[in-house]
Amino acid sequence: MKLEQCIELAHGAGGKSSRRLIEQVILAECRNPLLEPLADAAIIEWDKTRYALTTDSYVVSPLAFPGGSIGELAVNGTVNDLAVSGAKPLVILSSWILEAGLSMEVFQREVKAMARAAKAASVIIAGGDTKVVEHGKGDGLYITTTGYGLVEPGVNLGPHRVEVGDKILLSGPIGDHGITVLLARGEIELEATLKTDSRPLWPMIEPMIRLEPSAIKWMRDPTRGGLASVLNELAHDIGFGVMIEEELIPIRQEVRGACEILGLDPLHIASEGQFVAVVDQKKAVDFQKLLNDIPGGEEARIIGVISDKPSGKVVTLSAYGGSRMVDMLVGDPLPRIC
Amino acid sequence: MQYVDEFRDSRLIKKTIETIQQLADPTVHYRIMEVCGGHTFSIYRFGLHALIPSNVELIHGPGCPVCVLPMGRIDEGLRIAEDPKVILTAFGDMMRVPGQTGSPLVLKAKGRDIRMVYSPLDSLKLAKEHPKKEVVFFAIGFETTAPATALTLLKAQEWGIKNFSVFCNHVLILPAIRAILDSPDLRLDGFIGPGHVSTVIGCRPYAFVAQNYKKPIVISGFEPLDILESILRILRQLKEKKSEVENQYGRVVPWEGNRTALKLLERVFELRSYFEWRGLGFIAQSALKIKKEFSYWDAELRFGTQGITLTDPKAAQCGEVLKGVLKPYQCKLFGRSCNPEHPVGALMVSSEGACAAYFHHVYQKTEL
Amino acid sequence: MCLAIPGKIVEMDPYDQMPFIQTALVEVSSVRRRINIELIKDEEPKPGDWVLIHVGFALAKISEREAQDQLRILSMLGEDKQAMEELQGYSMEEEKKT
Repeated sequence: MKLEQCIELAHGAGGKSSRRLIEQVILAECRNPLLEPLADAAIIEWDKTRYALTTDSYVVSPLAFPGGSIGELAVNGTVNDLAVSGAKPLVILSSWILEAGLSMEVFQREVKAMARAAKAASVIIAGGDTKVVEHGKGDGLYITTTGYGLVEPGVNLGPHRVEVGDKILLSGPIGDHGITVLLARGEIELEATLKTDSRPLWPMIEPMIRLEPSAIKWMRDPTRGGLASVLNELAHDIGFGVMIEEELIPIRQEVRGACEILGLDPLHIASEGQFVAVVDQKKAVDFQKLLNDIPGGEEARIIGVISDKPSGKVVTLSAYGGSRMVDMLVGDPLPRIC
Repeated sequence: MQYVDEFRDSRLIKKTIETIQQLADPTVHYRIMEVCGGHTFSIYRFGLHALIPSNVELIHGPGCPVCVLPMGRIDEGLRIAEDPKVILTAFGDMMRVPGQTGSPLVLKAKGRDIRMVYSPLDSLKLAKEHPKKEVVFFAIGFETTAPATALTLLKAQEWGIKNFSVFCNHVLILPAIRAILDSPDLRLDGFIGPGHVSTVIGCRPYAFVAQNYKKPIVISGFEPLDILESILRILRQLKEKKSEVENQYGRVVPWEGNRTALKLLERVFELRSYFEWRGLGFIAQSALKIKKEFSYWDAELRFGTQGITLTDPKAAQCGEVLKGVLKPYQCKLFGRSCNPEHPVGALMVSSEGACAAYFHHVYQKTEL
Repeated sequence: MCLAIPGKIVEMDPYDQMPFIQTALVEVSSVRRRINIELIKDEEPKPGDWVLIHVGFALAKISEREAQDQLRILSMLGEDKQAMEELQGYSMEEEKKT
């Protein structure tokens, strides 16, 4: 498919447009073996040790919302990209782009939030940069964080490891973050007691690795674009089918309610504190039980299985036998009335 | 009772499907049209098309109020947003629909003030909050949505809000059904009738379908159990050689409709002598326009319309898909030059569009 | 057509003050929104009632009795010839008699 003439908002939504932008511009110009997997982190081997390196930008509006703010997201998002690459997060660098006129109190608040989140995630903010742009050019504050971690021995993740029969494990309820931020924008006037699920994932992933690193085949965190997007990327990369059971996916009442009212699909809504893993079927139940015993992992569930067909697609099954394909988002999820 | 999960109950769904299988005569090829885009969406979202016997074919009707708007009409609305004083407001459904120079979302990215609203009253509120701007509401929808616009216009008048107007594109379902019945291209055995439109207009107006055209029509809800039960009822009528109007959605649809809403429509709107529908051509008295008493808030008068007519690209077969003559995948552009990211017509991006329903949810060629 | 969903009225808003529109706080699966109820005012909605919501307006009250009836009949399908006969009851002819 041809590339658009201009950058559109859809390019940032984590769906098909984003993927195309990355493949047709970035990968096309910079192709090399480290970039090609287009995974959440680059894995670099040096002297028999593997390091993971990742970077991410945070451009959220509003800056603060129930349960958190951009500062937390900026730390957790990046340490989580390391965690789902099987790497223990160690160090973060942070770059801040500040809009002239931003309240100093807000900036202090966000840096405090980052410091707190870094402590909770056991990482050090080792350096960074600040720039100021003219008023009107920055949405208040943009943060980019780069993370660096040590890949645990025995970890071997990637589409090449996934086999038919492997199970799909989800760490907890999806969609909390996306709906929280949507409601916090105030345009829709829905009331709900929801807060962001932003949190570091290493405390849940590390025990799984300790248990049996080779039984974990692939991991991602379903942020922008939601569970549907990461599963579609998986299906596309492995060439097999990804079958999930609708009723098994944990979703909070409030997320369901907001999605019902607005006509949104929870599978397309971002989470900031969940991960999805493809694991060996023999170990799947053990992993789920392990997570269920960790605070915050009580709702972890096996939600599906890798199947031989339909190739490259994600399908969800309902209890009464109905099935449908789950497509990747085009652009941002839009409320509908029809 | 929560009124959602109960109507997705597996046990009841399985029983209903079994009964459908018993009722369907294997020597007959049934062609049932679901008029409403919301039903098309539900059918594919819940995978119902694959659960009914293969000789029961569901034909998708033109009940998608965005899909049936000709591109020229969309451009007319987008042209109003060119004025820097204007804030154009519309439902989420409209945001990706392609005009000639781009969809509202694309134009918004290029700097035009186009905002999404959940309710027309939100649009009126925006007008109160931005007294120096002109807020225009791009109204779409069938009779389900028109009362909301009517009430909003009434409030605009009551509160004396001057910087607000409505670009009215409300269309009516009955003329569309009649046009389908009169179309020589289609042979249909029965109709799954629009459930939510009927909460406003009631069930009596559909009498002509059963009595004059002798086709069963069952007014249906939108959950899997509702749609399946409606199919069951249609098959039962066909078996008994009956043609009646049935109300499957009795928990919500009153036979007489919503009198308050109907009175409101009469107060604020009148019928246009004709209106162009994509796929169905010009249909007389099939759309609403704002009455003289409220003409101050009519965006067409305030901004002037240019009567832009644009024909769809020759290869696009939006019209035939809307009428049910072609299935989405039979259009030569489906999945190729027309897809949700680069749609040629609204059917590919409207949440109720048949093409979108197929593109996003159908994965097996065997189902087609 | 269109997306309309069931919600429960949790609280009625006072009508006797600006801006003089009749609204109620409605809950859908633990999420709440203020909904305009002027279109169903003749049905005298009150807290506890379930309504059908579309674009911020309540279009109709939902009848629990009818919903239960429907589910009951469908659950008898296949088991009871009477159920099939009962299923035949919702046509225009029948309505005229009631």
